[in-house]
Amino acid sequence: MTARVDTASAHELLSCHSCGLVSRRPAPVSRLSCPRCGVALHARIPRSLSRTWAWLVAAIMLYVPANLLPIMHVTSFGRTRSDTILSGAEYLVQLGMWPLALIVFVASVLVPVTKIAILVYLLVSVQVRSRYRPLDRLRLYRFTEFVGRWSMVDVFVVTVLVALIHLGRVAEVEAGLGALFFSAVVVLTMLAARTFDPRLIWDNAEPVDVESNAHR
Amino acid sequence: MSAVIPHHHNLLACPECDLLQRLPPERGRGRVCCRRCGCVLHHAGRDVIVVPLALGITAMVLFILSNAFPLLEFGLQGHRDATYLLAGIRELFAQDRPLLASVVLFTTILAPALHIGLLIYLYLPLALGRRPPGMVAALRLVQAVLPWSMLEIFLLGVLVAGVKLAEQATIEPGPAAWALGLLVIVLAAAATQVHPHRLWDRVA
Repeated sequence: MTARVDTASAHELLSCHSCGLVSRRPAPVSRLSCPRCGVALHARIPRSLSRTWAWLVAAIMLYVPANLLPIMHVTSFGRTRSDTILSGAEYLVQLGMWPLALIVFVASVLVPVTKIAILVYLLVSVQVRSRYRPLDRLRLYRFTEFVGRWSMVDVFVVTVLVALIHLGRVAEVEAGLGALFFSAVVVLTMLAARTFDPRLIWDNAEPVDVESNAHR
Repeated sequence: MSAVIPHHHNLLACPECDLLQRLPPERGRGRVCCRRCGCVLHHAGRDVIVVPLALGITAMVLFILSNAFPLLEFGLQGHRDATYLLAGIRELFAQDRPLLASVVLFTTILAPALHIGLLIYLYLPLALGRRPPGMVAALRLVQAVLPWSMLEIFLLGVLVAGVKLAEQATIEPGPAAWALGLLVIVLAAAATQVHPHRLWDRVA
């Protein structure tokens, strides 16, 4: 071995994902638990790649009905209007509500698509043992983890509208099946991001020289 | 498995890139960040037990308020009414969308309640010098439940829905909307104050 990366796994050390304690792997044992808090120890999230792929493929499949089926039906004065996510955003533009249309479009279209694309890219890049800009790839991961939950906003808008308009008794709002599929997509992509182990990005990275920690 | 596994109290592996690092002995009041990826490894300063407890109790009061009072007040053609946090979920159940209703129930009521409940369950006994039963599980659960508590996103949803309807009806935020706004801030602060690492250094 020419140069070795100074990571816990390269030193046969394991860090507890709950309390952070670093301990030494004694022998190749199948199950280890943290000597301080007792949680099971793993060098990496077990089967991280295949589990992340599974959640992600499920999310991609459900994303189709989430966009094709209406997220809500509004009935007023005897006429029913059904809106999918995209047609709902378009309708807001027609009404001149640009800021709202933008929020809906970013949260419901841009964010899920970007998130799925980033996760696919991260999985592939780890699988081909890419050494390309690990820090930027980690930043992409942090971005998806931070931003993914906000896609839920459309589902909450439907929930509030359903409650409010029912009270007014002039119009009836019904949640469509699209809303259910869409919330499933958000949940599944969140699970995918959480089972992806970002340390895998660094497992093929260049070694670093050891200096003191950066204070901020 | 009974043998004690050798471990290192002075070493730390970055949770996001696994780089082994030693925490500086004099940590001052700042944060210590990973040298390679910048992930925050150590927060200094605030008390690891009293601060999360205080935030947990504040959050509990605000959570009760935001469920007990109307969220939005609604006026249309002389007709006035108000809606509560739970009303939309109940209506979704009534419309035969139990799965969708459950997702909303979990992310806006159950997960925040669990988050707040666990904060008090963990930190109240610790503040009194006792270790709560099942502390390990509770600590893991409080970290795991965080991303699923989506009140801040719900608040944005309330805002969008309110603005959407404002042309056809008069919509006013009720007391629960203000409580919810404060709760979102308190819960965000609480999320940054759970430090299992430092807690264990003090408790163990």
